[in-house]
Amino acid sequence: MPIDETTEAGQTVAQPEIGAYAAGWHDADTKYSFRAEPGLSENVIRQISEIKGEPQWMLDFRLRSYEHFLKRPLPRWGGNLGELDFDSIYYYLKPEAENARSWDDVPEAIKDTFEKLGIPEAERTVLAGVGAQYDSETVYHNLQQEWRDKGVVFLDMDGGLREHEDIVKEHFGTVIAPEDNKFSALNSAVWSGGSFVYVPKGVQLEIPLQAYFRINADRAGQFERTLIIVEEGAFVHYIEGCTAPTYASEALHSAVVEIIAKPGARVRYSTVQNWSANVYNLVTKRAVAMEHATVEWLDGNIGSKLTMKYPAVVLAGEGARGEVLSVAYAKDGQHQDTGAKMIHVAPGTSSRIISKSISKGLGRSSYRGLVRVHSGARGAKSNVECDALLLDENSRTDTYPYIEIDEDSASVGHEARVSRVSEQQVFYLMQRGIPEPEAMALVVSGFIEPITKELPLEYAVELNRLIELEMEGSVG
Amino acid sequence: MLKISGLKAVVEGMEILKGIDLEVKPGEVHGIMGPNGSGKSTLARVLSGDPTYAVTGGEVDYCGQDLLAMAPDERARTGLFLAFQYPVEVPGVTIGNFLRTAFNSRREEELSAMEFYGLLLNKVRELGLADQWVNRYLNEGFSGGEKKRNEILQMMVLEPQLCILDETDSGLDVDALKIVSEGVNKMRSPERSIIIVTHYERLLEYIVPDKCHIMLEGRIVLSEDGIDLARRIDEQGYEHVKQQYAAQTQA
Repeated sequence: MPIDETTEAGQTVAQPEIGAYAAGWHDADTKYSFRAEPGLSENVIRQISEIKGEPQWMLDFRLRSYEHFLKRPLPRWGGNLGELDFDSIYYYLKPEAENARSWDDVPEAIKDTFEKLGIPEAERTVLAGVGAQYDSETVYHNLQQEWRDKGVVFLDMDGGLREHEDIVKEHFGTVIAPEDNKFSALNSAVWSGGSFVYVPKGVQLEIPLQAYFRINADRAGQFERTLIIVEEGAFVHYIEGCTAPTYASEALHSAVVEIIAKPGARVRYSTVQNWSANVYNLVTKRAVAMEHATVEWLDGNIGSKLTMKYPAVVLAGEGARGEVLSVAYAKDGQHQDTGAKMIHVAPGTSSRIISKSISKGLGRSSYRGLVRVHSGARGAKSNVECDALLLDENSRTDTYPYIEIDEDSASVGHEARVSRVSEQQVFYLMQRGIPEPEAMALVVSGFIEPITKELPLEYAVELNRLIELEMEGSVG
Repeated sequence: MLKISGLKAVVEGMEILKGIDLEVKPGEVHGIMGPNGSGKSTLARVLSGDPTYAVTGGEVDYCGQDLLAMAPDERARTGLFLAFQYPVEVPGVTIGNFLRTAFNSRREEELSAMEFYGLLLNKVRELGLADQWVNRYLNEGFSGGEKKRNEILQMMVLEPQLCILDETDSGLDVDALKIVSEGVNKMRSPERSIIIVTHYERLLEYIVPDKCHIMLEGRIVLSEDGIDLARRIDEQGYEHVKQQYAAQTQA
């Protein structure tokens, strides 16, 4: 099957070298049918848009975004972005279609990691970029048929634009404008891949939409762009990414995810990502929830050099509900600056943020969150809990909770706790015969249990296994 | 099974165990009594390898092995079990998952989840607990009595060779005490030894010991076969033993 892009956000296997191919391990022989110049220019953007055969309005959107990207300074808060070199990055690579590859070509180290994680065979082949071997094709086709029958659209973003231009044009960039921040501007200028999801009125999708099925057909890029539109009273659970280590071919991953939940709709977006240690993961995720709509973000962040990610819900309609449940794990040399934003605009809106972070060794995790209640959002309620668990003496955690309330009748609660794994907990578990690393991992899995219990079982199991492996330091 | 010679231990620079000698043979049940601060709980914890305490002298031979050279999890895997006086809470970890991990840690081949839960639920019911017990988070929000029962449940599932019960009776009402004692009595066997550390004699009426010892100021000062010694303490308190001991040491 065709493989369009070099990297798969949340899914790829990575190399620092330019020219590493989609599957992620280095292959010097890979040919690209198109490779943009390193660095960004108006010319590069025009080329991307032309290759994709985009309508004029999208090109204009990209160029407007690029202009803003140039003007916008780097954020001075969050993590250290000083070493990020925009000029050395390739913004668009299109490999020649259909490289014949098989599971046998996948390096042992990567296979081993998949093995340790207990990732299903089907998913492994996708992660390793050997989709051709993927024998769950029939499963995918059956699902596709079911979606089609219900009028559900689940395509990659490029395909969404081609096949449903009107819907895309109406909503694209309306939740997160290019001008929102420097990285949303960058993504808007060079985006490629990502998912386009449209769920018609009243449709309840029982089975989660899993990005890896789609990705099998069309691989997304590291500047992927996702747009999810859920009509009145409909429900969808969208799952992106997985817990296998994701090696990006470039050191920058910058995605934009927009969700629109129409009145009475419910959307759950779950993602667990595990980036290789060279990656800057700078993602903007935001949802708008209309009257009595519910949006839930479940967000797990492991790995990367620096992650800055704050899923947001704009509670725009009366009685709308927003929830962010997040887990971050930072080890040596890693900084997880994550959190959530809840913007209460309408009356009777409610939100909940539960953030759990784990810092090991010299790892640093920060919670950065905003709860804003606009004047007129009568009776708005918000509750924030952030728990940090420190595994070592030198581990670090910070909390930056911003609360802005312009409405007297609002009630906002905030709790923050920092704890260490207690010697007595570990001793207790060891007294039952459990070796120390496993005992530590068990305490940590208990700590994040409020989040993992919300994930589909296989993802919860993967997340726990992954953290266990991380704690043993044996994931390569 | 267990031979302790001249065992000394300190916590925060204070010597709590000042030379303990004790021998426990396979199949025996020993009761260790003593007033508060006599070091009886410390003895239990030192044997299990609690990192809070530093051993400063003596030896412990456990089934021919040097117990003190082993890490706490190794001690556990060779069959030493401590029913804690104050079990810690481990939030978010279910009893089922925890016990399965512990159970499998001492086996070459893991028992399947189905088989394990079958075994676990049998023990849960034996202790008069509801099946949902296994889904509760380990000791989180448990009453004192629930924690103690949970300790005995673990002991029944893990089937250790040497069981050390540290003040298991405190926090238990009479009914719970009976159930717990029945559980322990069922585990009595010629191959398994049990050490019961307790402040009160009551528990020893339910689990009748082969030998009783009295601890004072970090030493075992009195040992007798049978339960009589414990009964005398119950009637007369520790004062009499203390005076006797004081007279002995002065003499």
